[in-house]
Amino acid sequence: MSFEPTLLWAILLLPLTGFVVNGLTAFLAPERKQIPTLVGPGVVAAAFVIALVNFFRMSGAEHLDPVIVSYWSWMPVGSLQIDAALQLDQLSILMTLIITGVGSLIHIFSIGYMKADPGYPRYFAYLNLFVFFMLVLVLGANFPVMFVGWEGVGLCSYLLIGFWFKDREKADAGKKAFIVNRIGDFGFLVAMFLIFTNLGSLDFRDVFAAAPEMFTYGAPVVTAITLFLFLGATGKSAQIPLYVWLPDAMAGPTPVSALIHAATMVTAGVYMVARANVLFALAPLSSTVVAFVGALTALFAATIGLAQNDIKKVLAYSTVSQLGYMFIGVGVGAYAAGVFHLMTHAFFKALLFLGAGAVIHAMHEAFHATHKDWDPQDMRNMGGLRRFMPITWITMWVATLAIAGIWPFAGFFSKDEIIWQAAVHAVGPYAGWAKLIWFMALAAAILTAVYMTRLMILTFHGENRSGKEEAKHLHEVPPVMWVPLAVLAVLSVVGGWVNVPHEIADLPVLGWIPTSEWLHHWLEPLTHTADAIIAGNLGELSDTAPVGGGAGAWAVISFVLAAVVIALTARTLLGRSYRPAHEAAPATGFLRVLQNKWYVDEIYDAIVVRPVIATSRFLWRYVDQLIIDGLVNGAAHLARGFGAIGSRLQTGQLNTYAFAVIIGVILLLGFVVL
Amino acid sequence: MADQSLFLAVILFAIGTVGVLVRRNAIILFMCIELMLNAVNLAFVAFSRSVGIEGQVFVFFVMTVAAAEAAVGLAIIISIFRHLESVDVKDFNLLRG
Repeated sequence: MSFEPTLLWAILLLPLTGFVVNGLTAFLAPERKQIPTLVGPGVVAAAFVIALVNFFRMSGAEHLDPVIVSYWSWMPVGSLQIDAALQLDQLSILMTLIITGVGSLIHIFSIGYMKADPGYPRYFAYLNLFVFFMLVLVLGANFPVMFVGWEGVGLCSYLLIGFWFKDREKADAGKKAFIVNRIGDFGFLVAMFLIFTNLGSLDFRDVFAAAPEMFTYGAPVVTAITLFLFLGATGKSAQIPLYVWLPDAMAGPTPVSALIHAATMVTAGVYMVARANVLFALAPLSSTVVAFVGALTALFAATIGLAQNDIKKVLAYSTVSQLGYMFIGVGVGAYAAGVFHLMTHAFFKALLFLGAGAVIHAMHEAFHATHKDWDPQDMRNMGGLRRFMPITWITMWVATLAIAGIWPFAGFFSKDEIIWQAAVHAVGPYAGWAKLIWFMALAAAILTAVYMTRLMILTFHGENRSGKEEAKHLHEVPPVMWVPLAVLAVLSVVGGWVNVPHEIADLPVLGWIPTSEWLHHWLEPLTHTADAIIAGNLGELSDTAPVGGGAGAWAVISFVLAAVVIALTARTLLGRSYRPAHEAAPATGFLRVLQNKWYVDEIYDAIVVRPVIATSRFLWRYVDQLIIDGLVNGAAHLARGFGAIGSRLQTGQLNTYAFAVIIGVILLLGFVVL
Repeated sequence: MADQSLFLAVILFAIGTVGVLVRRNAIILFMCIELMLNAVNLAFVAFSRSVGIEGQVFVFFVMTVAAAEAAVGLAIIISIFRHLESVDVKDFNLLRG
């Protein structure tokens, strides 16, 4: 019995309906907050339930081919036939579950976080629209439909980053995100054109079926296609060199950062690479570029995260860094590992952002009550919050242990698998690069443990630095906000248990969680072509790390390393005393370079932004105004000049006209007679 | 006889033409045009002696049209006078380029 999807269209239409209803409410009755409270989270939760039903039916189905549902013909142009079609398979249902599941929790959290905001219905309208486009992105059955979702989530990201658009800085952050993403979208478009000219189709099924016969392993065309696709991914998923928009995107409301800039939208690039796994497997050079850029980003962003004082900025760089891990996974050819980290990261990073949201919410209320103008996001103004917010404190520690890679939390399994896969794939022509990537990933893992522990210590431990009066107003967030935290905390623990490799399950103590390579088996039908290509061309994979040691040993080493680093960092930082932000001494030396993000924004400003502005100004002043406008206006002036000469004849004097007529008649008569 | 008549018609026509060209008063211009029409009428009558009766018939047509033209033209001049307080054609210069 093959599988028929249940209400597939409803998964998409529910959030769209929510957008329409909330959007109308925002226009017609913005003060009626009960409508968005009910509709906003309601439609996403309903979509989650439908997705869950489909998921269980898919799990039960005997054999599972990708289901493609075509609704209407969208672009029938000659040989280019594009349908508005959705594809439900193992990967898209997994993404749908993450988006709607984590999305519902974040919507519920938002009820508490945004309750005092005058733009409440508008907020939920945008958030619902985002969920709709994100689902279009993951459910689309061809590149153009995916691109619609891709652009749509970019639009919603822009709208939500600039949600408080009256603040110039926040509106600018929205624009920055939008413009940087345009660069990536250009790559995506060029890749689509190349795919169409070479393979004659843009449907996932046809493209991935035809690619292995059409292209030889490492063919230049497929390398170009995948590099352009990856350029698109670097924009959307905030990788070097296009990562600069994501830290600025923290200007949006914190639940938005959790949903869009941590759990879902920024993983679109990883999803795209995992989706196009056949193409990437055929292009070993591109795959190495993907993995190396991922590793570089993971390490680079982690160093910046070490020195940030804004709690959301730390998490933003942490997200950039973790996205780098996912690209290492999909880059070395371990597509399931990349998707696995995408899933666990969605849980613990959403939890971290929502926890940060809860902290900011509490700090903001405390400062608001006493009219203090301190920054509620600066960790130097916090400290000792565990006494006031015990639930937030515990759940955030769970997420911290998960992201740092502590057994048995989710991040341990996913991150360890990626690092291990980098080691395993260190064979073939690019083996040296893979070894370097493996080493960089390990180093970034250590840095992750450091900056996350620093965040926790500064925020929750030590003395409270917010002030005596303010401390009286600090309290735990309401249930509507902490319940989602608790749910995500549970997921951050058990989320990794769906994919425990037998190497870890065979270990003495760590083997308490049984082997279950469920996610691998689940995604196997989608990746087996790519796996076969890699196996056929790379040859025998390595079974030890570049410096020796098997999977089990390195799992233990990375676990112990993370635990030791957390303990050491905590001990060092607990021994220090911190001052509130306005009393703190400015950072010096290397720390200052890190705090200023390696001056990347300044470098981009100097080598990209300002030359572009100068060139534009030159084109505007000289080419446009002088040459083009000059030509147009010159033609007009010329015509007018001739007209001025001609108009001298038109005296308006009757006698002159009469004289001209008579001269004319005499001349004519003269011709006739003579 | 016809020669003297045609000679007179040419003189009258020339006087009318020169009047149209040099005078500025709209009424006088009008009178000059009448003079030109009547010079033509005289030429028609003079030719009808040798060519046939049609010349005399044509004179009636010309007189009819001239009468109608005089009525319309005077009305226009009165109307212009009401606006500009003048019948000097120098002041009628709306068409100047």
